[in-house]
Amino acid sequence: MRKTLLMLSTSLLLANAAYASSELTVYTAIEAEDLKKYAARFNEEHPDIKINWVRDSTGVITAKLLAEKDNPQADVVWGLAATSLMLLANDGLLQPYKPAGYDKLSEKFRDNSAEPSWTGMDAWMAAICVNTEEAKKYNLPMPTSWADLTNPVYKGHVVMPNPASSGTGFLDVSSWLQLFGEDKGWAFMDGLHQNISTYTHSGSKPCKMAASGEAPIGISFAFRGAKEKAKGAPLELVFPKEGLGWDMEATAIVKGSKHMDAAKTLVDWTVSKKANELYNEGYAVVAMPGVAQPVQYFPSNAEQLMINNDFGWAAKNRDVILTEWSKRYDGKSEAK
Amino acid sequence: MNDSLTLRQPKPTTAKPTTARPAAAARQRPLRQHLSRDEIILRGAMLIGALALLIALVMPLYSLLSKSVQNKDGAFVGLTNFARYANSPSLYNSLSHSLTMALVCTLIVTSLAFMAAYALSRSCMPLKRSFRVILALPILAPSLLPAISLVYLFGNQGVLKSWLLGDSIYGPIGIVIASCFWVLPHAMMIMLTALSHTDARLYESARVLGSSPWRIFFTVTLPSAKYGIISTAFVVFTLVITDFGVPKVIGGQYDMLATDIYKQVIGQQNFEMGAAVSVILLFPAVLAFVVDRWLQRKQAALITARSVPLQPQPRRWTDRTLLLGMLLLSITIVGVIGMAIYASLVKYWPYNLSLGFSNYQFDLMDGGGWGAYWNSLRMALYTALFGTGFIFFQAYLQEKLRGFGWLKHLFQMMALLPLAVPGMVLGLAYIFFFNHPANPLNGLYGTLAILVICTIAHFYTVCHLTAVTALKQIDPEFEAVSASLKVPQYLTFWRVTLPVCLPAVLDIAAYLFVNAMTTVSAVVFLYSYKTMLASVSVLNMDDAGDIAPAAAMAVLIMLTCMAARLLHWLLSKGLLQRSQRWRSPA
Repeated sequence: MRKTLLMLSTSLLLANAAYASSELTVYTAIEAEDLKKYAARFNEEHPDIKINWVRDSTGVITAKLLAEKDNPQADVVWGLAATSLMLLANDGLLQPYKPAGYDKLSEKFRDNSAEPSWTGMDAWMAAICVNTEEAKKYNLPMPTSWADLTNPVYKGHVVMPNPASSGTGFLDVSSWLQLFGEDKGWAFMDGLHQNISTYTHSGSKPCKMAASGEAPIGISFAFRGAKEKAKGAPLELVFPKEGLGWDMEATAIVKGSKHMDAAKTLVDWTVSKKANELYNEGYAVVAMPGVAQPVQYFPSNAEQLMINNDFGWAAKNRDVILTEWSKRYDGKSEAK
Repeated sequence: MNDSLTLRQPKPTTAKPTTARPAAAARQRPLRQHLSRDEIILRGAMLIGALALLIALVMPLYSLLSKSVQNKDGAFVGLTNFARYANSPSLYNSLSHSLTMALVCTLIVTSLAFMAAYALSRSCMPLKRSFRVILALPILAPSLLPAISLVYLFGNQGVLKSWLLGDSIYGPIGIVIASCFWVLPHAMMIMLTALSHTDARLYESARVLGSSPWRIFFTVTLPSAKYGIISTAFVVFTLVITDFGVPKVIGGQYDMLATDIYKQVIGQQNFEMGAAVSVILLFPAVLAFVVDRWLQRKQAALITARSVPLQPQPRRWTDRTLLLGMLLLSITIVGVIGMAIYASLVKYWPYNLSLGFSNYQFDLMDGGGWGAYWNSLRMALYTALFGTGFIFFQAYLQEKLRGFGWLKHLFQMMALLPLAVPGMVLGLAYIFFFNHPANPLNGLYGTLAILVICTIAHFYTVCHLTAVTALKQIDPEFEAVSASLKVPQYLTFWRVTLPVCLPAVLDIAAYLFVNAMTTVSAVVFLYSYKTMLASVSVLNMDDAGDIAPAAAMAVLIMLTCMAARLLHWLLSKGLLQRSQRWRSPA
């Protein structure tokens, strides 16, 4: 018996998670390059649970979860926009669960309902990616605020995500409306529209386009900009002084999971200090207070720049905002 | 072997009156004799085939489309979703954009495909084999490859940006170029089949009667290729109008119907509106289908038991002009692909242009790595194997089985439907249908099998049209003669039809394999952690910002497809030499 156990543990060591006693199907929108790292950190403490990732963009994963509503395939969602999880919670797709250590998280990162169905991990915030080489070429001044971007000098040099296709795009639009108020917000976007060369379908694309010089200025999010900069792109990340729209990555258990115990173990771990340290490797603002260390290329006052984002308001008014946005800016591209 | 010999040498005894109207002759026989045993079996096979298509295609689509008249809670709301979309400013724009793009591409691609197919099958220009290979290249690569390449070529940092005279590649120009690029091989496949079957006796008669080359072209060549041209135009139009990959990547804000579906489903998770837009998108495609049917109702068989294959004669100026055209086309294609390969080797475009293979180390990136690649390979092999068998046999029954008219009509409709269905719509439909708890087939969900079924269904139409085009060119006399010789129909199928159509069969297999390797839009909703695919990992790596590794994986997929093509070519050389000798002069 002992021999078998020994052999078993040896093979466990050898094959790492291959002999795990239970497996979890985890849906995620975390950057593909980070998935192995996330699973490995979790397995350091829980080698008996194997994570099988299904990764795609936020939109696809959310659509997939909604489409699979009647017969859920996922056990856990780890790393999806909180706004998407709120949508899923409203449709009753998530299993309410209060993970151990829930109360240690900042209030901002909690569901704050009696039976919480999701927990925040980290915040990703809007940022402007400016390609310094291209800016020099076209003689563009460095913007410091959102308002700067309406300056006619930037005409045809700015890209941003289309809010109808991209969560990041909607985040931008809804944060401007909260930041400036309805009237001034739309006036700002009218001005910005004059300078936009392309609305993209993906939220990270504007920054990638700026990184490769396809567009001098891309309205995107900070995490992507920092990654591109680390790879050697001539980028400057601008964090507009008026404030930054933000959303969080969050975790939840899918209702109907057949591995509820393992799912709870995983979700408990995702709010732990160790997990927060892991998130901090890419994100400057994480759910557990006091954990975050400065992250390269992020401003030290990142957390203060984050606006007081009213996710409930944004979700409720989404249809109205998008209809108004399409009315104003759709199909006008050729006229420019 | 003997069969092919008898094919080539018409028996003087096959007197015309008895064989010219086999159907009429058959109709006169009493009914009991009419339904022989093998006919009953074949009819059963056709029924099963129709049922399979019903399950793999019609029912999933129905479950999705029924959503278009429901609200979020599943209650019936009539046409509310359509009314909302019609009132939004995007409908008019998207509809006119979609139609414009589809028509422009149809015009360009059909002309190019005809020119190329004509040059390859009817001229004596040199380098034919190389051109054939080059023209098939675009289909071997995932659609992301030309898109990346176009950005590198004509984007704001592009090497050839000045060629656009200040216009942006992000928009209609990009959509037209990229669409034409990926659709061309699809069009070529039908066009080549149409042009490579012809009866030399027609040309001989025309020449003997003193017709000018132009007159021959307009009175013999064009009419005999009519079916192929119409089918090509139909296929191109629908492929372009239903595609969302190209407009998504390079369309900028030039909205099209397919991107509207993307916005609704992926951007806003509004399945009901997405379904409503899908229904609107189906209209132009269905219209194209109706026009196609109406135009080609009468397609006469081109190869009769007495026909003689055409051997092209050298024509100096025609050959030279065609050669020039083919050279330009080939250089364009090679340029686009070459640029993507180059981009996959560059370390950090455009600021660090040193070359290396670092982007090819997939196991260092995530996104599936080599596991995804092997999954793709298995999926593509199964798709080619089962898909070709099913599609060709069903097309054969469709064309050569007597009677059963209503089922044939139904089957034909179902076979043409997939072309009008965007992959994304099909993928979602599969989730709704196959993952329903009440569906006895829901065990399929998340397996490789569902990916295979979905891919076969997704690419059904072009394969079906190819098979039908090839089959239509075989005179029904063969069946009639076999029947009168009391040879069971399946033996005729095995000994005559299949060998004669072998080029088309191999084409279908290669087409399915290649598309299974490169497809993204439908399977992106259906893969599970066990069945990650290489093409999806290209998308994911691109999404994560790893564009160069994405390009590298795309290049790897392309190389695999090239290897498959090489195999296809070797098979063609070996097998076809045996079965197709009758096409060349003795």
